[in-house]
Amino acid sequence: MPRLLARLVERALPPLAWAAALSVPAAFFGLLAFLLWRGLPSLSLALFFGDTPPLAALLHGAPVFDGLWPACLGTLYLVLLSCCLAIPLGIASGICLARYATGRAKALLDFCVDLLAGIPSILMGLFGFALILLLRKTLWPGANTCLLLSALCLALLVLPYLISSTRSCLEGLPPELRLTGASLGLSPWQITARILLPAASQGILSGVILAVGRAAEDTAVILLTGVVANAGAPGLLTDKYEALPFHIYYLAAEYQTPQELSQAFGAALVLLCLTAALFAASRRLQAGLERRWKSGRNNRNGSIRA
Amino acid sequence: MAGTGQTPSRQGAGRGDQIVTALLFTAAAVSVLCVAAIFGFLVYFSLPLLGGDQLGMVLSWHWRPTSGQFGILPMVVGSLLLGSTAMLLAYPLGVLVCCFAHGLGPARLAAPLMAVIRLMTSVPTVVYGLVSVFLLVPLIRDGFSGSGFSWLAALLVLALLVLPTIVLVLDSQLRLVGPPLRLTAAALGLTRAQELLHLTLPLSARGLKAAAVLGFGRAVGDTLIPLMLAGNAAQVPHSLLSALRTLTAHIALVVATDSQSAAYNSLFACGVILFLITLAVNLGLRRIRSENGPAGLRGGGHA
Repeated sequence: MPRLLARLVERALPPLAWAAALSVPAAFFGLLAFLLWRGLPSLSLALFFGDTPPLAALLHGAPVFDGLWPACLGTLYLVLLSCCLAIPLGIASGICLARYATGRAKALLDFCVDLLAGIPSILMGLFGFALILLLRKTLWPGANTCLLLSALCLALLVLPYLISSTRSCLEGLPPELRLTGASLGLSPWQITARILLPAASQGILSGVILAVGRAAEDTAVILLTGVVANAGAPGLLTDKYEALPFHIYYLAAEYQTPQELSQAFGAALVLLCLTAALFAASRRLQAGLERRWKSGRNNRNGSIRA
Repeated sequence: MAGTGQTPSRQGAGRGDQIVTALLFTAAAVSVLCVAAIFGFLVYFSLPLLGGDQLGMVLSWHWRPTSGQFGILPMVVGSLLLGSTAMLLAYPLGVLVCCFAHGLGPARLAAPLMAVIRLMTSVPTVVYGLVSVFLLVPLIRDGFSGSGFSWLAALLVLALLVLPTIVLVLDSQLRLVGPPLRLTAAALGLTRAQELLHLTLPLSARGLKAAAVLGFGRAVGDTLIPLMLAGNAAQVPHSLLSALRTLTAHIALVVATDSQSAAYNSLFACGVILFLITLAVNLGLRRIRSENGPAGLRGGGHA
């Protein structure tokens, strides 16, 4: 009987695999086509700037009332700010994990990075929210959710991506590089800074770009930490702000007119293009790195090829 | 490579190295502290629950903030039900897609298929949510009954969301396990299906398990899909067409509606439960990685 069953599964497997391989892209492209159908007609300068003249908005900061421009600016500030916080910390921790930490410290750091990568983004948002509750109770009764808080929580969200991409790029380099440096009498930091980091720079940059994409698309974190539907262009770090992903979420639930709905689809299309472009750039850089140091990846067990 | 002519003075380099090492370890320590801080905050804010009858109130089946009932059990059940049913759909599909890319389909199609799967990882969840609200939900409303915002809608989209994770993790394992077996299997006269079923997949057990665990973690952790599609009624769903509310969506909703602070405590209890699920997923992964078997299974997560 089990034998009969095995035969049956062997027979059934290829057609099932075909069905899966066809249905998954079909579902994906179906959703994509629907998005294009609804979103493409709304793509225009008016989508971004509404009735305000684009040049006035760009150069003189004229307020934009029914366009995506404030949301785009908000997302830009948010991404820049969170990357400023996360990139130095992430790359430094990655270098530490790959080259310096040993034994227990390494195991602890490794565990924390994995755990951080797995924490749902809403918990980062809840953390930010709790931080504000604590500040209100103690030092600063007027504390409220704001741009800076969101950037901080987003930095936490992208931190593990930066750490693990830096780490795996450095560890994937061929060991000859390190040995060459050592044989030239360079100190450990000189080896890292002058040889390994330049060699892995493409891969590290690819991790950074991926992190930018993650920070730009995430909605759950900012939902809890200060994004609002109507704030205009972001001003102070302690102000509320608008952001592209939240704008989409908000309009999907609360749209009043067909125009607002088509603006939501337009915004979704813009966001998708942005993340897809970032993702493609990241892939390209990663592939470039792998081509350059081909021996590194398949050669993890430390044997040195001549 | 390093600048010629400027012979590093060993003394200066030594001190510089010490400073840099200290800085790097500080950065690493900050990263560790971040995780500790997240957990610490969640626990600190849910501590008030432990005293008195609060705990019993939170661990009950009724969420009626207006009459002072803050039970979160329906959300726990909702999260687990939605996560596991999404996996029930996505996991077999993911494994089959991997089988297709590793021998069952034409080799020409394998690369484009994987490219599509990778492209899927770059789609923001809010975009999936928006499109599904206006495409899938009306379909379900017309095809069946009810409002369309249901367990079914959320699970279909969630399955699409976690599928790339499953496929990419399993694919990286199959890439290591598959090629060395190819020649042996061909010499034994096995068909590609037999090769996969009896050799490659059993030898990729670690990848299969890791894909399941990671996928489940991602399905339970997602916020936007359940929030936008599942209807958010705080109840235990009685059918695929009824609404449910997950822990993640619950947190987002309670913060957004800004209800009185008694509700906040239950919020952090939800957070702690989610954190513990993440922790369990992570420990599970570590266990799987340390099992004996073909080497190499790292990263894979989101990207």
